[in-house]
Amino acid sequence: MEYDIIVVGGGHAGCEASLAAARLHNKTLLITGNIKNIADMPCNPSIGGPAKGILVREIDALGGEMGINTDKSHIQLKMLNTKKGPAVWALRAQADKIIYPKEMLKTLNNQENLEIKEAMVDDLIVLNNKVMGVKLENGEEILSKIVILTTGTYLKADILVGSNRSPGGPHGEKEAKNLSDNLRKLGLTVQRLKTGTPQRILKSSIDFSTLEREDGDQVLRTFSYDTLPLYKIEDQEPCYLTYTNEKTHAIIRQNLEKSSMYGGYVKGVGPRYCPSIEDKVVRFADKERHQLFLEPESKYYDDIYLQGFSTSMPYDVQEEMVHSLKGLEHAKIIKYAYAIEYDAIDPLEMKASLENKKIENLFTAGQINGTSGYEEAAAQGLMAGINASLKLKGKDPLILKRNEAYIGVLIDDLVTKGTKEPYRMLTSRAEYRLLLRHDNADIRLREYGYQIGLIDEEKYQKFQAKLNNIDKLINTLKEIKITPNEKVLIEKLNTSPILDGISLYDLLKRPSIKIKDLIALKKVDLKYDEEVLMQAEIQIKYEGYIKKALKEVERLKQLEDIKIPEDIDYLKISNLASEARQKLLKILPTTLGQASRISGVNPSDIAVLSVYLKRFKNEKR
Amino acid sequence: MFDTICSIATTLGVGAISIIRVSGKEAISIVNNIFKGKDLEKVESHTIHYGHIVYEEKVIDEVLVSVMKAPKTYTTEDVVEINCHGGIQTTNKILEILLLNGCRQAEAGEFTKRAFLNGRIDLMEAEAVMDLINSQNDLARQIAINELQGYGSNLIKKLREDLINIISNIEVNIDYPEYEDIYEVTINDLKDKINDIKEKLEKIVKEYEDEKIIKDGITTVIIGRPNVGKSSLLNRLLNSNKAIVTDIPGTTRDIVEGNIMINGINLNIIDTAGIRESTDLVEQIGVKKSLDIIKNADLILLLLNNNQPLSKEDLDLFNKVKDKTSIIVVNKNDLEKRIDLSSLETNNIVYINTLTNEGIIPLKEKIAELFNLEKIMTKDFNYITSARQIAKIKECLNLISDIEMGIDNNVDLDLLELDLRHIWENLGNIIGESYDEELLDELFSKFCVGK
Repeated sequence: MEYDIIVVGGGHAGCEASLAAARLHNKTLLITGNIKNIADMPCNPSIGGPAKGILVREIDALGGEMGINTDKSHIQLKMLNTKKGPAVWALRAQADKIIYPKEMLKTLNNQENLEIKEAMVDDLIVLNNKVMGVKLENGEEILSKIVILTTGTYLKADILVGSNRSPGGPHGEKEAKNLSDNLRKLGLTVQRLKTGTPQRILKSSIDFSTLEREDGDQVLRTFSYDTLPLYKIEDQEPCYLTYTNEKTHAIIRQNLEKSSMYGGYVKGVGPRYCPSIEDKVVRFADKERHQLFLEPESKYYDDIYLQGFSTSMPYDVQEEMVHSLKGLEHAKIIKYAYAIEYDAIDPLEMKASLENKKIENLFTAGQINGTSGYEEAAAQGLMAGINASLKLKGKDPLILKRNEAYIGVLIDDLVTKGTKEPYRMLTSRAEYRLLLRHDNADIRLREYGYQIGLIDEEKYQKFQAKLNNIDKLINTLKEIKITPNEKVLIEKLNTSPILDGISLYDLLKRPSIKIKDLIALKKVDLKYDEEVLMQAEIQIKYEGYIKKALKEVERLKQLEDIKIPEDIDYLKISNLASEARQKLLKILPTTLGQASRISGVNPSDIAVLSVYLKRFKNEKR
Repeated sequence: MFDTICSIATTLGVGAISIIRVSGKEAISIVNNIFKGKDLEKVESHTIHYGHIVYEEKVIDEVLVSVMKAPKTYTTEDVVEINCHGGIQTTNKILEILLLNGCRQAEAGEFTKRAFLNGRIDLMEAEAVMDLINSQNDLARQIAINELQGYGSNLIKKLREDLINIISNIEVNIDYPEYEDIYEVTINDLKDKINDIKEKLEKIVKEYEDEKIIKDGITTVIIGRPNVGKSSLLNRLLNSNKAIVTDIPGTTRDIVEGNIMINGINLNIIDTAGIRESTDLVEQIGVKKSLDIIKNADLILLLLNNNQPLSKEDLDLFNKVKDKTSIIVVNKNDLEKRIDLSSLETNNIVYINTLTNEGIIPLKEKIAELFNLEKIMTKDFNYITSARQIAKIKECLNLISDIEMGIDNNVDLDLLELDLRHIWENLGNIIGESYDEELLDELFSKFCVGK
């Protein structure tokens, strides 16, 4: 029995990959070590946040599952950065760690063309640098046209607590012992990464009365463009804040050598943006305190996640550390913090389609590619599922550009710059963040989702109607004018005087005026739903800045549009600096634009390359 | 990859010695073919050899040939320089022989382009080299040399560091909004920062304007009614300095009639032939032509006749130039004074007599005073020296005024920060830390022949 696509790993990347593959009519098999742990959240209980929340919206716009599943399962929802501009608004959910996986498993089970199998994969079947299937631990072979590896942190995983190192994946799962060695044998470069997770505390043992409380938004929201809010505002669970103090820091300093990290027991490279608490204390020695977040994990059990306190200290030190915190003096630790080391492949060895450069039909997505985070994993999983499917149909892969999506930024960064630490999506990585907003993910990407076949006709028509309404509204606002004579209306607006007739469109550009103020004028029927109103408002208010960003895109497009042929021979281009030549040979950029973003490839190398490509083109003619 | 190129490296026709430069893989063998003397393929690198250029068994010239082998050369390729006797005929003949032997005539700036493409110099240095070649006097050369040593780069680097500090703080505020202990950048911080940067960038622009005077000289136009003595004034100015009258292109599209030095600064006198021959300046030449010439000039010398009352034409001319830096030069002061200057609102008046030499020195002193030449000469110039770089800095200043406008309109900080990022990128562009193709095309088309 042969499958079209086998997905190895049932985490967030694996779920999206197998759903996309199956929905695009491929016979798909998802192999996971433990069905009970499908779509598990072994680290923080939240989904979204700055940049990451926009990734979730993009996944949703393209027809992925993460947004819908979060809407079914969160216990708190909050829009962050609302005091800043719309480009950086970001939705974040506290997901219920019980419900989220349960709902996802339901969706997977109901999915046509998708089978799930519980097993450990040991090796790939590869013939002439082309993958043909997988080999299980028990020796069984399963054939497929394409394999997508989404193995997360399970490759040769070790759990580290103090000086103690023991093999095993997150949540007491079994690690994948042999797969990464076998990948190495197949010629892939494997690197060692590290991440960590903090303690879980028994809720009833915390004194919340002394802590700052953080509630969810008092407005109903959804991640998905296609779901209605399924929760009640008052049912949301709060988060709390606490801080480390001098006592905590003293405990950490005294015991520094006992941590895996400072005791020299860690080989993998950890992320800078997510340091352990001992790291923070050492590196920012003059900081008096560090902020910690107490996040509920589920409505169905009593764990509180102590965000910001990840550590690899031995258990007894952890006890001391936790009890030094305000509100946690008598806290009971349910699960201790640990660090985890795992193998990942070098993302520079894959194409922007997420297919491996060395082994045909092998795709990889998620933490195996060196990223961190559920959202980053899901985004890659979705793209791997889509591109595997396109490949089977003989079509070009879907490669999102940096000005189209955070997903585009994520993948371009991975395949162009690689990563030496677990890669997390950040707003600052996106040079076109004003174009890549939370609100317009559908406008940017839904068309692709529809073309590919993940967005059905009904959703697409709804989307088209929304676009029409936005257009209509903007045009109406351009047509309707308000004259200096309409004194009563102008007074209502509470704005500087109007000298000549001015359109509502231009009026809306004034900083103090909101689209809702204009609707209150009742000059015309402006009955549109919230999304349309907001979209029109953003497009009008920020028109100048958006235009500026688009101009920049246009300017750089010249470089992006120069394709580098696959058969280019960098050894023949004699004037490239040797570092640049090595990088180009390894990364094989597909456009001059991508080449220009490779570190170590200098402007002069790009000039040489550009001259060579021009000549190359002329010779071919 | 590159073929062998050659070109004349010195100004044709000037000086006793001309240099022809050859660069590329076959540079040594090609020159060896036409050289009678030592076998150049066997000599040490960086040596000079005496001999003759021979073509069809005829000696063309007696020469010194420098052989510099790759990679320690300007282009990092093999380079040969032929020092021959100056004179258009001989030099051109040798060039022609080189071309016949397999060299290609270098395009404008091609030697420097190769130095850049071969990784020998960075973008900023490349531009400084261009300035070095173009610099007409010692002070300008000094600026160009400073540039090469990276003063300009350092200044820009410092500004970029400043910028990246605030940019990264704003970005952290966006990516980690809930961390209460992280300093939240405010609009006032931004205001302070851009005021500071603006001040520094404006200073660079101002320095550039001064530098431009040092490097390009003062573009000067002599205007006045017919027969008022413009040609005589020109000749007086030129003769007094024994300046070489040349026909080289000036900074504008007009032709420099001649240039003289005042306190080490070039005064480029623009040919106003058209204007001089006309009988009625404003009417006949057309307003546009005269306005163009006046607009492009740094200095206007309006010549009047001491012996005749102010005419309507004189007044018209005065009104045209009164907003520019201009000097009223009153000629024929040996004749009876019939002119009344009291209606002209200016203090810049000099009386001369072109028949003698009278008034020429005071006129030059006046020019030096107007352009603050003494001060300019003693300044330290560590700044930016090319028009492309200044254009980028002006772009930054535009972005700064965008930000200022945004602040007035309560635009969100995260949006204003996007412009800040562009400023940072533009500055990076100046020192070649980011790439765009446009930049290279523009850059290299500006290089003059022979470096």
